Amino acid sequence: MFEKKLLILLILFSSIITKSFSIEPDVFVQSTVNRASTLLAENISKDQKIEKLKLIAKETVDIRGIGFYTLGSKRKSLNETDKNQYIKLFEKYFLITFSSRLAEYTNPEIEVTNKEKLSENYTIVNSTLKATSERPEIKIDWRIYTKDPDNPLIRDLIIEGLSLARTQKEEFASILNSNNGDIKALFKVLEEFSNK
Amino acid sequence: MIKKLIVILITTFALTFNVSASSDGELLLKKNEPAEVEDCFEGLNRASFALNQGLDKVIFKPVSSVYRLLPSPIKTGVSNSLDNLSNVVTIPNNILQGEFSKAGINTGRFIINTTVGVLGLIDVATYLGFTEYEQEDYGQSLAAHGIGPGCYIVLPVLGPSTARDTVASLTNFIGGDAWYNVTVRNDTHYFSDVDYYSSKITDGIDFRAKNYDSLENLKKNSLDFYASVKSLYLQDRQQKILNSKRIIETQDDSGWEEIETQ
Repeated sequence: MFEKKLLILLILFSSIITKSFSIEPDVFVQSTVNRASTLLAENISKDQKIEKLKLIAKETVDIRGIGFYTLGSKRKSLNETDKNQYIKLFEKYFLITFSSRLAEYTNPEIEVTNKEKLSENYTIVNSTLKATSERPEIKIDWRIYTKDPDNPLIRDLIIEGLSLARTQKEEFASILNSNNGDIKALFKVLEEFSNK
Repeated sequence: MIKKLIVILITTFALTFNVSASSDGELLLKKNEPAEVEDCFEGLNRASFALNQGLDKVIFKPVSSVYRLLPSPIKTGVSNSLDNLSNVVTIPNNILQGEFSKAGINTGRFIINTTVGVLGLIDVATYLGFTEYEQEDYGQSLAAHGIGPGCYIVLPVLGPSTARDTVASLTNFIGGDAWYNVTVRNDTHYFSDVDYYSSKITDGIDFRAKNYDSLENLKKNSLDFYASVKSLYLQDRQQKILNSKRIIETQDDSGWEEIETQ
């Protein structure tokens, strides 16, 4: 009898614990944005900011997932060695572009406004980047991968309805098309970009 | 020369469109999917793109970098005024798309902003609670009636377009744009050609200034800037044709779901 009670208590306790660790996608986005904003407002050099932004990106963005999405159907024909090399090069390229894009902003004010669950795997979080004297207000939607609710990850940024991942995917497709689908050509372009 | 250009465009149009009447949202999404739009004249388009980049470097970029230093109220006023002027093309297109209530709202917006809003400088209609303004053009009207985009085209000076949108834009010059009619087409005592062309140039500068940082950033971080601009332009057109900003309606999720099985 006592064992039964203990078991029920344990199950109940573990379910509460599990629930308390799952992070709502909108809370996740707001906290990620706040972390980045605080960092961008810090009085440190641009290079230091870029390095710190890379750390935030590694924790909060599903770089591997975006990499495979960006490659489109080409990923199906890659062997394991090419896949691994691609992911390695993509991560390097992604972190450079991601951090360099963000480092241009100083103290961006982003406010999360809404969220919409697309499926078990995806929730779209809506937010607004407040206007400055130089640019109007910008709507930013975040595609959050929620397969593991305890560890949500960013998979895409949709700025004023324009998806960055989709743009990148079409850019990669263009490079592959103009090189007869040769993945090595894409590797070369990625390497050259990262070594610039 | 213009006649020849029109004949070439109409031929391209006829050869490359898949014309079938449909207003179904899913079909519209599929038909205008950026990845599906063919770049039939890629070599020519890239040459045109390079020319436009050169023009941007020597004209649009320097001018817009000065323009963005102007005080915000001036920039907002110019932007409002250009938006207000675009109503003369938006309203007929609201009607062509069967959006009669939007046509009514935009007519009200145009009258209020032109009069109370001092030639459109102040967006009084928005203060009064009118719904957010969405520009429409003849390309969007053709798309709404099920006409596909055809080939992707980069026009010298004017920039990215599609065969459908280029052909449709000619409607502006044969009576479809009231602003063109009163400035260039007809000899009125109130306006001249200069008014029309300066409004178009200001529109270009206003767009470049609003997107100054984004474009510079995109250029810096692109592996293939031409392909990035093409993708962004076609995504934007798709969104405008669908008249929706809801991600669930404008984004195709199949690519994202597919990677789950990898």
